[in-house]
Amino acid sequence: MKDSDTFTLDGKTIPFQPGDTIMDAAMRAGEYIPHLCHNPEFAPHGSCRVCVVEVNGRQVSSCTQPASNDLEVKNNSEELVQMRRSILQMLFVEGNHVCPGCEKSGACQLQAVAYYTGMLSPHFTHFFPRRPLDASHPDTVIDFDRCILCELCVRASRDVDGKNVFALDDRGIKTHLVINSPSGKLGDSEFAVTDKAAHVCPVGAILPKHQGYEKPIGERLYDKQPISVVGDVAANEDKE
Amino acid sequence: MVASTDPELNPQAFTSALLASAGNDSCELLQMLHALQLQFNHIPQASISQLSEALSLSETYIRSVIGFYTFLHETPRGEYDILFSDSITDHMLGSRLLLSDLCDKLGVERGVPRKDGRVTVDTTSCTGLCDQGPAILVNGRVLTRLDAHKIQNIALLIENCTPLDEWPSDFFRIENNIRQSNLLLSHNQCNGEAVQKCIDNGADKLLEEIDDSGLRGRGGAGFKTALKWKFCKEAHNGGTNDRVVVCNADEGEPGTFKDRVLLDSQADNVFEGMTLCAGIIGARQGFLYLRGEYLYLKPQLEAVLAKRRDKGLLGKNILGKHGFDFDIEIHMGAGAYICGEESSLIESLEGKRGVPRKRPPFPVTHGYLQKPTVVNNVETYLAAACIAASGSEWFRSVGTEESSGTKLLSICGDCEHPGIYEVPFGTSIQQILDACGASDVQAVQVAGAAGMTIPPEEFERSIAFEDVPTAGSFMVFNNERNLLDMVQNFAHFFVHESCGFCTPCRVGGALMKDLVDKLTDGKAGRYDTDEMRNIGLLMKSTSHCGLGTTAPNCVLDMLDKFPYIVEEKLAHHASYEPAFDLDEALQEARDISHRNDSRAHIRTDT
Repeated sequence: MKDSDTFTLDGKTIPFQPGDTIMDAAMRAGEYIPHLCHNPEFAPHGSCRVCVVEVNGRQVSSCTQPASNDLEVKNNSEELVQMRRSILQMLFVEGNHVCPGCEKSGACQLQAVAYYTGMLSPHFTHFFPRRPLDASHPDTVIDFDRCILCELCVRASRDVDGKNVFALDDRGIKTHLVINSPSGKLGDSEFAVTDKAAHVCPVGAILPKHQGYEKPIGERLYDKQPISVVGDVAANEDKE
Repeated sequence: MVASTDPELNPQAFTSALLASAGNDSCELLQMLHALQLQFNHIPQASISQLSEALSLSETYIRSVIGFYTFLHETPRGEYDILFSDSITDHMLGSRLLLSDLCDKLGVERGVPRKDGRVTVDTTSCTGLCDQGPAILVNGRVLTRLDAHKIQNIALLIENCTPLDEWPSDFFRIENNIRQSNLLLSHNQCNGEAVQKCIDNGADKLLEEIDDSGLRGRGGAGFKTALKWKFCKEAHNGGTNDRVVVCNADEGEPGTFKDRVLLDSQADNVFEGMTLCAGIIGARQGFLYLRGEYLYLKPQLEAVLAKRRDKGLLGKNILGKHGFDFDIEIHMGAGAYICGEESSLIESLEGKRGVPRKRPPFPVTHGYLQKPTVVNNVETYLAAACIAASGSEWFRSVGTEESSGTKLLSICGDCEHPGIYEVPFGTSIQQILDACGASDVQAVQVAGAAGMTIPPEEFERSIAFEDVPTAGSFMVFNNERNLLDMVQNFAHFFVHESCGFCTPCRVGGALMKDLVDKLTDGKAGRYDTDEMRNIGLLMKSTSHCGLGTTAPNCVLDMLDKFPYIVEEKLAHHASYEPAFDLDEALQEARDISHRNDSRAHIRTDT
């Protein structure tokens, strides 16, 4: 490996290692690129598109774009921030995200990234989908209203837990999370609260039962400092 | 009731037979599901369990594959499963009236199986028969040129439970409608000549010949064919020499039907091109990925493959050359436009949901089962075979500097002679309109729903990679048409066909569709057209694949090039109109309170 493997991110020089994506190198260098479906413990996915950056005039997802020498990468231009804001607004109107009534509020990555990008309203017309809650499992509840289809639970259950509890069904705007069990309910599946899949959801879709607001509003993960400083929900799992 | 032991009737026995012939290979999942759907009008639960067990895949996974493809269903469709082609040109030929007519006659609601299970009537994306529409699929078989009389007959045949084989044969007649032939359509059958040249002159020499011809991919993107083949040939991916040749016959772009005609009239040369590619890159495995709508072509294509095997043009030691082993298998699609995207197609070949892969890596290094893979269009392989046989000079003698050779166009819509036109690259749109007998033209939609809307002031532009590129779709709209109907049809099409993987296409496309509907209803203001533009630009720049980046084209072209369509429809009194109708929203309250007096309405005019 040469010492000279670098690219620039908003003018700053970022070193990278062979096989790195732009996101990998930026994270290692302590530079924050907003993201939702990316979790460094898993293979890059590239579905949420929140991590969009501009490389040589083209928009790409930084979590999947390989780093290469002398790339000029834009991260925080007004244009990119506006794109991210719009993508986040799309996620907000696609599901039913009612922050004031959500146990995850204050420690939710979707909310934190929305604050970070200066999103002030959902802007677009709400879809108001009907998605019944699944409280069948003794330890975990799934609120599909808040699912953003990042597939982190799908990937964790398949790749780490070896259980394949989750999958995405249907396609397009009808795409939704499903559970592998005879009744389609979590309680009938092999899911356990100790699974990796129980600890990767960046939003309030997969939540532990028997606890509520243990950490009061005001002291939560993103209450005092922005996500660019605090980092991802999954990375702070043990602190929560 | 005792379960039947006849494998034709018993899902368990049928599934076992499928699994046995597939060698329990999970790559065959989609093929098995497709066969089950055709046999039982749905995928029986027992079969899902059986497949899950045998393939070590979760039932949810299998259901998620079924859920992805529109031709697969977990609940039974009617014994007669009727799908009306829902392309804009079918609409223009009156398909929607015929659909509601048939629904009325059969007493069935669109999309819902009749109570006795006899019949379902629904729509599907373009079936590739736009030159002889309106078209329908009945249990996978194609009926063309529908009219009120035929609809009446069909309703009777269904009520009488007449088997499809006994329906009037002229219902199923499909025409090739070749109107203009040039290099490719008038080329003789190669009969192994191209493959023999590869053996005689060596792979490198042949690759050079293809390179000299300037051949570029006919799927629309126009990547240089020789370069793609070279990348694949040189790919060293874990030291494997296992390379794969894939022919993309998932012709799903609305208004395109030239691959259907090529596979009917030139299949031998298409397979010759694939074999040539295999000889050049060193592949042993080949696939023809055939869209589900073209199921009826499968038997004749299998026959061509069998004949080529008999002649030593496929199989082991091709044309006697030791170690030149290559064969081609036909895989069926099952109703997913996205599978025309090469990495989705590969996922689908592996039996999965057709979600586009992230790139890089590209298929030339990591394709089917991570093996180096060439994916080309039907027409590209045909051209490659003809070039190998007749030489690069012959090919270059036609076309432009950057776009050599010819392009097959599928022309439909408002013209006297719809059908297949093989035109030299560089031919102007006006020349093409003259040739197909189109007059009083308002616009031409080139390259399908994902393509460009061309206004008359641009009719001197020409079909070429450097000007107006196309995979072949060419739809003509005269001045009687409301182009907004086309835009609306495409917006709905993309919502239906989006794979749902990335946010901008999944959600942005649905928001766009709602805005187009709002405009069509005369309820949109300036604010909404600005929103359309913003969403469209976001989709173009941030979507994961070509579907999302091209989906907003028709809306953006309408805003930029056909402002009069928008002006006519804008609600002039306001720059902003809410997305819902307040008075309509009160209907539920009126129903509950049994009121309908003027004071129960927001508007005073009702």
